[in-house]
Amino acid sequence: MDIVLAIVLGALFGFVLQRIGAADPDKIIGMLRLSDLQLMKTILTAIGLASSLLFVGLALGWVVSSHLSVKNLYTGVLMGGALLGVGWALAGFCPGTAVVAAGAGRKDALFFIAGGLCGAGLFMVNYQSLVQTVLFETLLGGAVTLADTGKYQSLLNGVEGLWPALLVSVVFIVVARALPGAFRG
Amino acid sequence: MNYWRWPLGGVLLGVTFFLAVVLVKPIGVSTQFVILDGLIGSTVNPELVAPAEGSKSGYASSNAYLNKSGGKYAKNVANPLNYGLVFVLSMALGGYLGRKQSGQTLSAIDQVPTVHRDNFGGYAAVRYLMAFIGGVVVLWGARLAGGCTSGHMMSGMMQTALSGYLFAAAAFAAAIPTAVLLYKMRRS
Repeated sequence: MDIVLAIVLGALFGFVLQRIGAADPDKIIGMLRLSDLQLMKTILTAIGLASSLLFVGLALGWVVSSHLSVKNLYTGVLMGGALLGVGWALAGFCPGTAVVAAGAGRKDALFFIAGGLCGAGLFMVNYQSLVQTVLFETLLGGAVTLADTGKYQSLLNGVEGLWPALLVSVVFIVVARALPGAFRG
Repeated sequence: MNYWRWPLGGVLLGVTFFLAVVLVKPIGVSTQFVILDGLIGSTVNPELVAPAEGSKSGYASSNAYLNKSGGKYAKNVANPLNYGLVFVLSMALGGYLGRKQSGQTLSAIDQVPTVHRDNFGGYAAVRYLMAFIGGVVVLWGARLAGGCTSGHMMSGMMQTALSGYLFAAAAFAAAIPTAVLLYKMRRS
């Protein structure tokens, strides 16, 4: 059953990423150089909608909180995020969109994936010497959320999680709507 | 290209992320690069991953990263036909179907993106090299961060995770100046 869901959900995710242009390096680099914000508007809308559906689902008991998975916050999240940002701008791919683009027939995506396997392999070799350093020092309590999920520590403990989550979602969607198509040519 | 505009694209992408959490777990991709590396490594060194009685997952590895969290990754390398890896492989199928549905032919794909051509010329080799280097940097960074654009940025912010917000801030703070400086020109 898990494998059937993996095939269906994976294909759906790949299909949607392809159809919104997220697997097209021109669209990604256009977003990052602020000359085409269509994808930014799409992503902000998606996060806002997914978040409000999730917290409504949790409040009504349709979604079980055991399915949630909040990642730890440590120094490496910021450093690694910044590194990922540099490579993302350089190539116009991230790990998921490269897989989608390769499926759609992009050859440059295959080179990105080959590079990605090298980068991940290099990290596997480096891990032991990094794990004791400041890079893996927990920040702000680790796996913490803004809105209370009932599973993780929250910044707003005691406040019904639905309301802050809906507020943040509305902000994401309002910003998505308000953003212009481009900031520059 | 006739890509979906943001209202339709945003709704369908959002519903996809929600469905994944309801049915299984939040979407993530970059871990599977490690699992694939583990599979490749296992063919070279058959002892890389092995069953182990003392470990939480029942598996252990001579590589510290595959061995972390009770051998969680080691277990997935030993049993590769699992949800996470099949999900990521199936994303390629989705990309293929998406291109077909949009009516774009394979030969209509420009292997050198326009913005690359405007700044670095039409040499495919230069584009492939930059894509390769980008891949190295992105996956090394994603493994240090413990997730990528899917796991941290989308799935994380959807759950209002602080790690997701701060990851996204760091990624965009580095990506925007890089793209602005690297891809200065736009002729078309």
